Amino acid sequence: MALMLTDDVINNAIDTAPLARRLRGLRRKGQMRALLLVAPLMLFLLAIFILPIGMLLIRSVDNREVARTLPNTVSMLSSWDGKGVPDEAVYAALATDMKASSREDVAEIAKRLNYYETGMRSMLLKTARTIRNAKAPYKDAFIAADAQWASPRYWHLLRQAMPELTDFYLLAALDMSRDETGVITTVAPENAVHIDVLLRTFAVSASVTLLCLLLGYPLAALIARSKGGIANALLILVLLPFWTSLLVRTSAWVVLLQSRGVVNSALAWLGVIDPSQPLELIYNRIGVLIAMTHVLLPFMVLPIYSVMKSIPPVYLRAASSLGAPPLSAFWRIYLPMSMPGVSAGGLLVFILALGYYITPALVGGPRDQMVSYYIAYYSNQVTNWGMAAALSAILLVAVLILYAVYNRLVGIDRLRIG
Amino acid sequence: MNHSLSVERLLPILLWIAGGTVVVFLIAPIIAIVPLSFNAEPFFTYPMPGLSLRWYEEFLSSEVWQLALKNSIIVAVCTTLVSTALGTLAAIGLSRPECPFRATLTAILISPMIVPVIVSAVGIYYAFAAVGLLNSLTGLVLAHTAIGAPFVVITVTATLASFDHNLMRAASSLGATPVEAVLRIMLPIIAPGVVSGALFAFVTSFDEVVIALFIAGSEERTLPRQMWSGVRETLSPTIAAVATLLILFSTLFLATIQWLHRRAERQKLMH
Repeated sequence: MALMLTDDVINNAIDTAPLARRLRGLRRKGQMRALLLVAPLMLFLLAIFILPIGMLLIRSVDNREVARTLPNTVSMLSSWDGKGVPDEAVYAALATDMKASSREDVAEIAKRLNYYETGMRSMLLKTARTIRNAKAPYKDAFIAADAQWASPRYWHLLRQAMPELTDFYLLAALDMSRDETGVITTVAPENAVHIDVLLRTFAVSASVTLLCLLLGYPLAALIARSKGGIANALLILVLLPFWTSLLVRTSAWVVLLQSRGVVNSALAWLGVIDPSQPLELIYNRIGVLIAMTHVLLPFMVLPIYSVMKSIPPVYLRAASSLGAPPLSAFWRIYLPMSMPGVSAGGLLVFILALGYYITPALVGGPRDQMVSYYIAYYSNQVTNWGMAAALSAILLVAVLILYAVYNRLVGIDRLRIG
Repeated sequence: MNHSLSVERLLPILLWIAGGTVVVFLIAPIIAIVPLSFNAEPFFTYPMPGLSLRWYEEFLSSEVWQLALKNSIIVAVCTTLVSTALGTLAAIGLSRPECPFRATLTAILISPMIVPVIVSAVGIYYAFAAVGLLNSLTGLVLAHTAIGAPFVVITVTATLASFDHNLMRAASSLGATPVEAVLRIMLPIIAPGVVSGALFAFVTSFDEVVIALFIAGSEERTLPRQMWSGVRETLSPTIAAVATLLILFSTLFLATIQWLHRRAERQKLMH
């Protein structure tokens, strides 16, 4: 601001024009110096972090395999009127493409087309083997290799898989697909899995946030009203788990919650449960909720505490001296004043919970896995990059929107890290 | 009147009971696993039949665990060095009064803290596969540096917020070059922030498992990666022994961070 004013003043004074130029030059030099200092980390993150994630996200709409492997078919099919079965020329083009491409390329598009309809993979691989030695007329050769080539349905699917960009994976991640005419429909309930996963992720995160709030609020209040050494000691007891390795904490819960673990044997010893029928506390939703609440609780306690610390105790005393009973003083003064901390902690815990992978994978059952697990599953186990990328995109968008809300409410620069 | 007085007295007691229970919930699992690591038998129940150091012995004599420990230390140390250097430079740049686009640059630099780690891991896996960086310690260091450096940027920026830039002008008017001024004036003052940023980077790398799951092969297994398979496959008390050692580590780290905080507070008071 001061610099801009100086600029204006100097610019108006004609005889000091060279000075203004020098000043501007100096400022630009200062800006360059600042940017040069930021540049190494910026370039590093661009190469190691931003570019890789960009490449991954592109995979959610990228669809070049078919166009690359079947170029002749693609150009013939784009002028096809879509009525009945295509004519001999289209069959011939597909035969040419299949003869020209390697086994690996055919296998790749066979896998890709199998996402549209289970069974297309074996149909394509089988056809490719026979068609390599076939001669015209190709239409008969195709139908001889597999009778399904006489059905227009597969040509429609092939035409749908042609464009270089596709919304197939993003739609599939929301349990939707396009039918033969290109209209978006929801998939049959027995094949719908992803909406379930997304809702479950949301439900687990919301439950964990609620549990953290219920447990975290009184603890934060206790620390805030304690003094000196006691407050410090309590804070350290919150920070110790925060600093303890995530895997240590998760393995501790596995050890504690097992059917023959510490919790069950203690309950049996107390006579609460029958030793032969231990409680099922792990590899189910209960285990996930307990372990995730434990892991994320410090992220709730710390922001609420830091807001509560700044609430002057005189306000409560003033309320009670004006005749408010303690509960109503809490309800009408303390709670509203601590809300910024509650929303900061709640949002942070919810955002972090959405992306959790390790804890649910170790203490949850198959019905408790969250969206992160499916991202890992699609990229690691079945190598369907399109689906891994589409689910990543959905998770990322959800998290970024919530961080934008966090930024408006709290300020991202106040992100607490211990 | 009588009624409200009793509530007033009851409330702090209730608060202590509620808060105390939560503290027990936070601490108990960490405490409970420690004695189990000295159990003579491979069970996870109390009372323990006898004491023994056999699980520590198993940890120390197992090649797999020792390799994992060695890899973790190498990766964490390299990560700390690179991310502290890059992060401190960036923080100094960001806090210069004339730095343009500060908000945007900061947002990009701390984005690895915001993106869910599974998305980072899959993206890095996908890209590293293309350039042959999978199954290498170098790859792990690069990936861990990306997620560790933002912690350095944040802690150093926070320390620089209270730094008086007139000191730099004074240094240069006394004839110091910019590099000299940074090394002899700025760095000693922001050292607590740099050190706690470095500790954060170290712990982030030392505790990181999702990226290690994706990009490290069996030869590059880190300690958390080995614990992950241990908890998944055969849960043996060796896990409890490793956990106990790591708890000891985190207690030391926490103590160091607390000490740095207190030192910084005292410095602030002195100025």
